[in-house]
Amino acid sequence: MDELKNVLFTKTHEWVKIEGEIAYVGLSDYAQSQMGDIVFINLEEDDYEVGDTIGDVESVKSVSDIYSPFTGTIVEINSVIFDDPGAINRDPYGTWLCKYENVSDKEEFLTLEEYEEIIKE
Amino acid sequence: MSYTVNSKKEILEMLEACGVDDISKLFEHLPSGTKYEGLLNLDEGKSEMEVYNFMKDMSKNNVVYPTIFRGAGAYKHYIPSAVKNLSSLSNFVTSYTPYQPEISQGLLQALFEYQSMICDITGMDVSNASVYDGATAACEAMNMCLDRKRKKVLVSSSVNPSTLSVMKTYAYAYDIEIIEVDLKEGLVDKEDLKDKLKEDIACFYVENPNYYGLLEDIIDLGNIVHENGSKYIIGCNPISLGLITSPSEANADIAVGEGQSLGIPLSFGGPYFGFMACKRELMRKLPGRIVGQTTDTKGQRGFVLTLQAREQHIRREKASSSICSNQSLCALTGAMYLAYVGPVGLNEVAKRCFDLAHYAFNQIIKIDGFTPKYEGEFFHEFVIKTPIHVDIINQYLDNNNILGGLGISDNEMLFCVTEANSIEEIDLLVKLLKEVAL
Amino acid sequence: MKLVYETSTKDHKGLQLPKCDLNYELDDKYKRKEKLNLPELSEVEVVRHYTALSKETYSVDDGIYPLGSCTMKYNPKLNEEVASFEGFSQVHPLQDVSTVQGCLQALDLAKKYVCTITGMDNASFQPAAGAHGEFTCMMMIKKYHEERNDTKRKKIIIPDSAHGTNPASATMCGFETVTIKSENGIVSMEELNKVLSDEIAGIMLTNPNTLGLYEKEILNITKAVHDCGGLAYYDGANLNAVMGISRPGEMGFDCLHLNLHKTFSTPHGGGGPGSGAICCNKKLEKYLPNPIIKNEEGIYTFENIDSSIGKVKDFYGNFTVVLKALTYMLRLGNNGIRETSENAVLNANYIMNGIKDLYDVAIDEVCMHEFVLDLSRFKKETGFSALDVSKRLIDYGIHPPTMYFPLIVKEALMIEPTETESKETLDMVIDIFRKIHEEAYSKSVDLTKAPLNTKYGRMDEVTSARNPRLKYGD
Repeated sequence: MDELKNVLFTKTHEWVKIEGEIAYVGLSDYAQSQMGDIVFINLEEDDYEVGDTIGDVESVKSVSDIYSPFTGTIVEINSVIFDDPGAINRDPYGTWLCKYENVSDKEEFLTLEEYEEIIKE
Repeated sequence: MSYTVNSKKEILEMLEACGVDDISKLFEHLPSGTKYEGLLNLDEGKSEMEVYNFMKDMSKNNVVYPTIFRGAGAYKHYIPSAVKNLSSLSNFVTSYTPYQPEISQGLLQALFEYQSMICDITGMDVSNASVYDGATAACEAMNMCLDRKRKKVLVSSSVNPSTLSVMKTYAYAYDIEIIEVDLKEGLVDKEDLKDKLKEDIACFYVENPNYYGLLEDIIDLGNIVHENGSKYIIGCNPISLGLITSPSEANADIAVGEGQSLGIPLSFGGPYFGFMACKRELMRKLPGRIVGQTTDTKGQRGFVLTLQAREQHIRREKASSSICSNQSLCALTGAMYLAYVGPVGLNEVAKRCFDLAHYAFNQIIKIDGFTPKYEGEFFHEFVIKTPIHVDIINQYLDNNNILGGLGISDNEMLFCVTEANSIEEIDLLVKLLKEVAL
Repeated sequence: MKLVYETSTKDHKGLQLPKCDLNYELDDKYKRKEKLNLPELSEVEVVRHYTALSKETYSVDDGIYPLGSCTMKYNPKLNEEVASFEGFSQVHPLQDVSTVQGCLQALDLAKKYVCTITGMDNASFQPAAGAHGEFTCMMMIKKYHEERNDTKRKKIIIPDSAHGTNPASATMCGFETVTIKSENGIVSMEELNKVLSDEIAGIMLTNPNTLGLYEKEILNITKAVHDCGGLAYYDGANLNAVMGISRPGEMGFDCLHLNLHKTFSTPHGGGGPGSGAICCNKKLEKYLPNPIIKNEEGIYTFENIDSSIGKVKDFYGNFTVVLKALTYMLRLGNNGIRETSENAVLNANYIMNGIKDLYDVAIDEVCMHEFVLDLSRFKKETGFSALDVSKRLIDYGIHPPTMYFPLIVKEALMIEPTETESKETLDMVIDIFRKIHEEAYSKSVDLTKAPLNTKYGRMDEVTSARNPRLKYGD
């Protein structure tokens, strides 16, 4: 599980990976498996605060909100997820959704072990 | 009399299977105070024959005009027998929204074809499977354009007043502001439009032909609107698209309109259908049902309701529209009409409306005292200033079984001429106008 | 099936106009330059194409259509004939009111019927569909509070079992929705009391609810909402259970919509047109959409009132749909109306009792016009889902029930047979459900592959949503 090195989680099933000034956000494996085949992602580059709804993920028969784990600016959205949203299902940790800069605040993250406890319930 | 089926004996057997001896027992658990005792204060049921005759008599309390020169949002066109007949095919009439594609391919395909035809005539990329009517289509289009920063909507004062009033009602609900753009010679005043285009303007809505029948300079208007970064919505008459500039040629972002002209009877205002089509980039904001092409497990082409995550049953309070039922059967009728007339026929019908309307216009303005209100080119409606009160004119026409133009002021009449009118009818109209104005 | 575009042949044509020598020139500036790509067909080709499509469309005229909350009852043929009477179908909506007295008479009489059935004071037929009626009622509630300067009221309470249109309609009117959890399938007074405040504009409820259960606390619910200053709105989607038996007026509601295309037998047309007639009491009638019909000693007129929310649709609504509903109500009369609901409830209970030993009912009580199966245990034990069972029903020639709704039941199948199905048909449905149960547990049929006997198999919805192809040539 090399890809999960340095990955932290939110209670709302996003994963985050912080690399210096830049932070990546994606959807956990559990989240994608609950949703089923993902067909579209709504996300917009803008400034957000912790807990803001930054967009949503659509499967054929459901929609789930994505919440901002940071206060900061989304500077880039991964173009892969528009061309091939199924990549999130196949490789959730290799497919980031958006990239943050100017991060001034963040929520309290969970480690992989803590997150796995939560989804067991 | 109800349309229930079962005999007393069968009902008793069914009650027994449910463990009760009387049908009232199934309602025993309703709390006291909520039950209606006795029968409702209405007549008792009647036979089919009695109801038929009663309704027939009621229908005779309406006047049916064999000749109509009135439009203003509802148009009398000739409806081919084939279209009438096909639109009453019972499998189309009595089916529900096609939730189960395996047994609804016919309906889904027909709606997919409808979407394709609407895209053809408007020139747009994507169409939904219809909304309630032309007015609500304009409202839904306006809603598609709103975002966090742009919450005001410009509307030309030349649009149908009924559409404008429905848009104002929706604007009340959405808590947004509608600003009217002034007119010059019955057309959008471009200078006023430029003045009113601010950075918080989400979109501009114009109709072409407009309420007075006039053709707007829709290409130029589009350029002005887009320069401001606002969206451009054109309301159009589908028949006219066989002849005049299409919304896509004017670079519209969204095209909407009232589909009634495409084979739907007047029926005192409804049901009709609203069509909506847009550019590809707005696809996921388009409300209502949308049918998409796909394949089944056997590899065959098939069709499904698609992009459902936009809709209320999934998105609930976050959906941009609550629309669920649409006007499928009317939309299908529109598609049947378009399939029947084809590209050449649609052009012929449009050109015939145009020719007959211009003939009528030229004859009417030859009469003393009848003058055109506007100079601009028109499609199949035009406003005439009349020398006497419009009500007197219409009463006189009514005596001759003609429904005259719509009085839009005491001395202004909005006439409509379609391919369903003949030269003889127009000549008679002109003769009667001469007589009444004497 | 070939697409209509694929049956197109150059120069085939259905239309022929009368001869005419007129030819006026349209300035090039206004002319369409883009080519029209519509298909080219002769009349017989058009007729055969659509006839073939209609044959691949399941309808109520084919058989039972037990979609829960959709009330797919038989659509009497008389309705269609009345709507096609020339005296109705050929009337222009902008004729002088003296020449449309029959149309106004029909609307006024229909108003009397729906008000009597619901226990309300006034009605409008302008909304085109149920969701449109909800939206209209929400606007009326918004205006009611505004006119009383009660501007804090921005919240609408909606139970978690509600139709999706409810929250969407409320949001469209700028309300924030507050969802309350159901308990044992009905609204919990405790949960309701938690959210009541002076910010509540109202509540949206359907009764019986989407689980087919009559809300036992309904009088307390509407009273509690009224006591806190809110209004109560009734979603009439499920009225078929209680006509002539229990009226929204007595339940304490202030306004409601009716789906004339459900309870009142007008056909659904493959998705519409419907009609979302609305009714209200005295508190709200001054906000009804314009124009209002006045009846003074048999002379009908239209009137616009200043306090109205305005128009919500062109003209007066889906008029001929209202005519069909009126025709139906006149046929039924007060006795038939009651009989209709009684039989709708009996038919639902009969199916439920015929299969509940095999399938779990979400809430095992006497149901009203519909009931909901919960196939969670079934799925755990067999591996087959509610979707699989639905698709297998197609193999046996019946339309599946509503699936995966209400959302509070995981593997939900919502069954509403309606009163127009015979015992013989209901017995057939029971037998089929039992047979499928046997197939699932014996694993004699792989239900995930169903339907097995139809021309078309399951459709790839994922690809369609990912790469939408929405018109010919995409």
